[in-house]
Amino acid sequence: MTNAPKSRDIDRIVTVPTKQRSRAVPSPPLPRAHPARHRNPGTALDLDWVRQIRVNRSAVERRAATIPRRRSVKQDWQAAWLLRAVTCIDLTTLSGDDTPGTVRRLCAKARQPVRPDILAGLGVGDRVLHVGAVCVYHSFVDTAVAALEGSGIPVAAVSTGFPAGLGPFRQRLAEIGESVAAGAGEIDIVITRAHVLTGDWLALYDEVRAFRDACGPVHMKTILATGELGPFRNVARASAVCMMAGADFIKTSTGKERVNATLPIGLVMSRMIRDYRERTGSRVGFKPAGGIRTARVALDWLLMMKDELGTDWVKGDLFRFGASSLLTDIERQLEHNLTGRYSASFRHPMA
Amino acid sequence: MTRVAEIFETMEYGPAPESAEQAQLWLEARERQFRLFIGGAWRDPADGEYFETINPATAQSIARVAQAGASDVDRAVTAARDALKSWRGLGAHGRARYLYAIARHVQKHSRLFSVLESMDNGKPIRESRDIDIPLVVRHFYHHAGWAELFDTEFAGYEPVGVVGQIIPWNFPLLMLAWKIAPALAMGNTVVLKPAEFTSLTSLLFGELCADIGLPAGVVNVVTGDGRTGELLVKHDDVDKIAFTGSTEVGRIIRTTTAGSGKRLSLELGGKSPFIVFEDADLDGVVEGVVDAIWFNQGQVCCAGSRILVQEGIAERLVTKLRARMETLRVGDPLDKAVDIGAIVAPVQLEKIQQLVQQGREEGAEIWQPSWSAPKEGYFFPPTLCTNVSQAATIAQVEIFGPVVVLMTFRTPTEALELANNTRYGLAASIWTENINLALDVAPKVKAGTVWINCTNVFDAASGFGGYRESGYGREGGKEGLWEYVKAGGREGGKAGSETDEASSSEADSQRSAIPPSRHPALPPIDRTAKLYIGGKQARPDQGYSIVIHGTDGTPVGEVGHGNRKDMRNAVEAARQAENGWARATAHNRAQILYYIAENLAAREDEFVGRLSHSVNEQSARSEVELTIRRLFTYAAWADKWDGLVHHTPFRNVTLAMPEPIGVMGIVCPERPSLLGLVSAVAPSVAMGNTTVVIPSEPFPLAATDFYQVLETSDLPGGVINIVTGMRDELAEVLAAHDDVDGMWYFGSAEGSGTVERLSVGNMKRTWVDYGQPREWADAHHGEGEEFLREATHVKNIWIPYGE
Repeated sequence: MTNAPKSRDIDRIVTVPTKQRSRAVPSPPLPRAHPARHRNPGTALDLDWVRQIRVNRSAVERRAATIPRRRSVKQDWQAAWLLRAVTCIDLTTLSGDDTPGTVRRLCAKARQPVRPDILAGLGVGDRVLHVGAVCVYHSFVDTAVAALEGSGIPVAAVSTGFPAGLGPFRQRLAEIGESVAAGAGEIDIVITRAHVLTGDWLALYDEVRAFRDACGPVHMKTILATGELGPFRNVARASAVCMMAGADFIKTSTGKERVNATLPIGLVMSRMIRDYRERTGSRVGFKPAGGIRTARVALDWLLMMKDELGTDWVKGDLFRFGASSLLTDIERQLEHNLTGRYSASFRHPMA
Repeated sequence: MTRVAEIFETMEYGPAPESAEQAQLWLEARERQFRLFIGGAWRDPADGEYFETINPATAQSIARVAQAGASDVDRAVTAARDALKSWRGLGAHGRARYLYAIARHVQKHSRLFSVLESMDNGKPIRESRDIDIPLVVRHFYHHAGWAELFDTEFAGYEPVGVVGQIIPWNFPLLMLAWKIAPALAMGNTVVLKPAEFTSLTSLLFGELCADIGLPAGVVNVVTGDGRTGELLVKHDDVDKIAFTGSTEVGRIIRTTTAGSGKRLSLELGGKSPFIVFEDADLDGVVEGVVDAIWFNQGQVCCAGSRILVQEGIAERLVTKLRARMETLRVGDPLDKAVDIGAIVAPVQLEKIQQLVQQGREEGAEIWQPSWSAPKEGYFFPPTLCTNVSQAATIAQVEIFGPVVVLMTFRTPTEALELANNTRYGLAASIWTENINLALDVAPKVKAGTVWINCTNVFDAASGFGGYRESGYGREGGKEGLWEYVKAGGREGGKAGSETDEASSSEADSQRSAIPPSRHPALPPIDRTAKLYIGGKQARPDQGYSIVIHGTDGTPVGEVGHGNRKDMRNAVEAARQAENGWARATAHNRAQILYYIAENLAAREDEFVGRLSHSVNEQSARSEVELTIRRLFTYAAWADKWDGLVHHTPFRNVTLAMPEPIGVMGIVCPERPSLLGLVSAVAPSVAMGNTTVVIPSEPFPLAATDFYQVLETSDLPGGVINIVTGMRDELAEVLAAHDDVDGMWYFGSAEGSGTVERLSVGNMKRTWVDYGQPREWADAHHGEGEEFLREATHVKNIWIPYGE
């Protein structure tokens, strides 16, 4: 066909690789979405709610600043909370120089995130303890799926033109389908920031709704890229719209923005999750990502989630950290907790 | 299942104890017994009496503390007096160095102070560690700066002298800092009496003073109960009392010190409104309520204890509040994950329990979280009372516990009516995302501190203090320092005897007759001087007149004999005029004062003639000229008495706005009759107050002539009301009138005492001269910023910003 319409070009670009990939894998793995996990069906877009949303930045910052000062976990409680934090980690690598080798090493760490002797010493040696998910670019979904086979650890794929999300819409949509087909159990999409910045809530809703439909049975995390959204009120409104559009999780950042996950932003989003639950009964998860590197900061997040949203939100079903180096610091703290001696990072297998 | 495995599932909180070891060692090293800190040394109480100080979280004794008796207090005051001269002589920079050293030292031992405070008071370690002690440090640093700047910023002023300071148990060390830092910075010496429930940190502070080498006697700490406080209040050689505590005790102190000439600043109780408009960030509001009423177990004088919420969002707010209350944690104050600690003492706990019970009986719905507070020690759960009417006891009285009432309103106007429907006026919190609304409401709330979208934030740079029965005087900021200085070279303060002869000698020399009739064949037309109330000339209620004589004894006219009812009418007129006048622009007020001056000048000769009954013509002419000039002075000041923007260490603007006191009673000096009246009334009116004026009793005719000038000068009715009659008889009515907000009295020593004593009805602010007349003609005595400060109080409005 000499006059091939443009759409067919796109079709070809988008779909052919999927077919190739499908052929490459003899029996395509089923999506690894946990059968019992909560889904957020979404609602119609309620613009009245969006317009009513008020966020006072100073009040938010004040609360966020006091949470880590109001709560503290020590000794056995600290160990248990840190172990819980491990299970909430989406162990992530999103570098341009990722290779199958580095991804497989990451997956191995995901299966055994804490040294067995430490687990045994803490009295949880009999447990299978692994991270919440492994998060990679689409190209490494199949590698990761293979590496994690049998572990029950889902592979999360960043998608929809991550991190900027400014590619052709249909292509972004198709990207989801491909990652799902490749075996991703969770999809981390990015939104078009311009919709938020221009107040085009309907466009944002339609976009996220379309992504959600494309995800099918697979869990969708919606990355707001809060560092690029301006005032807290925008973050809150975007959170509300994305949840109405069916986001299973809302996530702060791609990790590529100048400002990533901060407690005040997390507080704003958590409160919207709470409001959404009050309005609809649906529970939406939360994922801070970017800049969370220490056990201390991880605990601050868990303390905030427990106080603001309750115990369900300190477990992997509804809470994840997007992080990479965090795990090592937690391991060091766990070893310290066990032995009373300060540990060193080289004592723990790297991811 | 192992414990870690179990917690891994439940994700519960566990104990997170702050170690008390160092504090226990400190107590043990002192054998758990504390003497008095007097003249830089530790002394046994003369009577050998000690009392137990209790840890309210365990109900166990921590230590024994000395009960200071009369000879101990005497000794402490003497020590302070002895230290005064050299402390003043040390100079600004020397004092600054000591204050800096105090700040440094508290900082270096901050954890010991924090732990000791939590043990003694029951407040959560998070608060003593993150709020109380850092604020203490900040207060001393800030005031080290004021000490350094004393010579330039307070040129012409000098320290008040020996200051007796009595502080409460809710923020023991912080209140110590609020008292001691400004006193020392301005060159005063101090005798401090901590509350008997919480003496320990002030005793540790005494040790610190010795450690840094603070000269002996500059700070003295006398522990004890109310008896010790009473001894201090009554002590003859104390120049000033500064008190923070209940309105009830403040009233007693005012009565006790009345007429003594002791300066007095009071920071008393409150029932502060927490106003939530429908466009507020409700989650922010919920945390605001936590900070307002569940901070320090609600034992906070400025606690936002009355939530006023716009009706449409009330239900949502209540739901959110209840959910939040479930996650608050009450327990061991030394646990780092506890939000609410122990109530300071059984007597306070019983008071809270009893008031909540009364609230229940009066129909309130009492809501408390599902969990229960610890049984050992004195604990009370956070409590939310809904279905509360404004008339209910719990909506009116200060509970001083973790108990908040919630009521609804429909409009901003109604919110303000409810907010101001209280005897107190300490603080208010306003929640809205609409800056127009916030800045409209803030000046209209009768409260010394207004927090917009925040609450219970404090800083050394910002003044804190009350309106109405919440007391007077400010602590913090430059406005707080005026409490600790007096104008130099003038014997203010201690009471003296009335000197009637002040200016009468000049009056004797010459006598002017009543202006003769221009028609020799006819008698002059009788003139009737009336009262001037609400912009109208009014006959006195009871229809009696007083004959006025010239200095030579001949009758020169008659004035109305005003009585209680005339005073009542005048106060009502002043109250009615208050809003309009206070809201008039300063430019507008200035224009009217200029116009009064202009019209007075036009009738200069007439007033010279009038005054010539009491002084010679030359003096009379000079008095009228000075009066015109004084009107110009205050017209000039009207739009220049600016506020400040304080540098508080937050992303925030703290506006320190001078506001008029409201309705002021002004008792004018006898002489000079016209200049004295204008010198007192013009600054009050320039600042936006409305006034009820009692003119000179022997020479009131200049005042009754003066209202004709007022009538022609566009002055709104009710701004200046003039009631003639017997000075002290009328002054008593004013002083005892609970709708008069402030009172100035320039008269006798006895009358000064009476005014102070009677002011306790509504704790109105008073300014009296103890019978020591001023040189009214002298600009340094008769006019200036002192008058403007006394005619205003400073409201601090905190406005955090950021989008």
